[in-house]
Amino acid sequence: MDTTRRGFLAATSAAAGDHAQAADQHHDHDHQAVPSDPTLRVKALESLLVEKGLVDRAAMEALIDAYEHKIGPHNGARVVARAWVDPGYKQRLLADAPAAISELGLPKPSGLLAVENGPRLHNLVVCTLCSCYPSSFLGLPPVWYKSAAYRSRAVIDPRGVLREFGLELPEDVEVRVWDSTAELRYLVLPERPAGSEKLGEEALAALVTRDAMVGVAKAKPPQAGGGA
Amino acid sequence: MNGVHDMGGMHGMGAIHYEKNEPVFHARWESRVFALFRLTRAWNKWNVDVSRRQIESIPAAQYLRMSYYERWFTALGELLVASGLITRAELVKGKRARGSPKATPPITAAQVASMPSAAALARREAPVAPRFQAGQQVRARNLHPVDHTRLPRYARGKLGAIHRDHGVWAFPDAIAHFLSDKPQHVYSVRFAARELWGETASPRDAVYLDLWDDYLEPA
Repeated sequence: MDTTRRGFLAATSAAAGDHAQAADQHHDHDHQAVPSDPTLRVKALESLLVEKGLVDRAAMEALIDAYEHKIGPHNGARVVARAWVDPGYKQRLLADAPAAISELGLPKPSGLLAVENGPRLHNLVVCTLCSCYPSSFLGLPPVWYKSAAYRSRAVIDPRGVLREFGLELPEDVEVRVWDSTAELRYLVLPERPAGSEKLGEEALAALVTRDAMVGVAKAKPPQAGGGA
Repeated sequence: MNGVHDMGGMHGMGAIHYEKNEPVFHARWESRVFALFRLTRAWNKWNVDVSRRQIESIPAAQYLRMSYYERWFTALGELLVASGLITRAELVKGKRARGSPKATPPITAAQVASMPSAAALARREAPVAPRFQAGQQVRARNLHPVDHTRLPRYARGKLGAIHRDHGVWAFPDAIAHFLSDKPQHVYSVRFAARELWGETASPRDAVYLDLWDDYLEPA
């Protein structure tokens, strides 16, 4: 199979010609050495699949639009904010996250678990084997989550990783790392920040970042909440 | 497979690069690969573990050099050919073979929102009894299969405890080869950081892995 793959790459590279990689130059970190213009190679495969009736182009547009504009961390932020203001909801979220999420009118994810941070407990999510992430709920993962650096270090040196994200945890805090090796996905329920007692649900949701729901950050303090 | 994809605990992978206000896709072609990958899966010619296995079989040096969506793109071409949806010649030329039948796409734009997740597809209702109970001590088996598995190297041979039972799921090592589902329980298993990484790790910390019955033995 290696030889056929090399043949495939060589053939498609040759077919694609020797175009510059202009489209990629703004994000060269973690996108090492793209061998030839992927735009043309992908376009060729897309045309082939559409021509053969294997893929519907309108479905492609709908799927991409959903992930670019509809599905994203704002969904998770709503759920976290509700859990902060409603203890009963929080219990239901921790017991059955998909059901609690669909309570808010959001699409029901499958196989999602919520893990709660506390004063003496911090949770961190990783997928060491690939890139498992609660995508249907939080949107597609950022590049750093899928990077070799994060995947390799989050399990062996979680405190060092958190320090790089600007989060220094005291020794007496337990760190739990959740390595998503099966089809279960994890949502970190961050601690409600101090000083947020008077905020309403919408203002609270603005404090909940994607990073906080992966566990590489805490929820933002209210003064840093921007328009909150 | 003791491949380079099994990265937990490795050193030398460099610093974590954080991009502020990161876009969902960095280039249009990435979004196209994402959509093609998701939508061709609806032909049910492969499952998520078959596609993971395909990505894991990318030679290590190439795997590390490629970007995320390049791996997906490479794997997709091979999956399409292996499944018979396209021919090798069509893949190489990027052109439909003359006289090849025209199919009807299984997913329309209206059906995109209701596509089943990998979790929904891997869950099984089979009445299989669990081998372990919450709180029980277990050891991850010292297995080194040459092919696809979801038991990371860093946990093999290590002592842990069952945290909770996730119910019954298809077994990746089997379904990656289109074999029987071999449905069995998956558990969240807690491993103390010191058990995994030795005395320099924090005595408080732990790593939780979701592991199948076949990966575990009583301890």
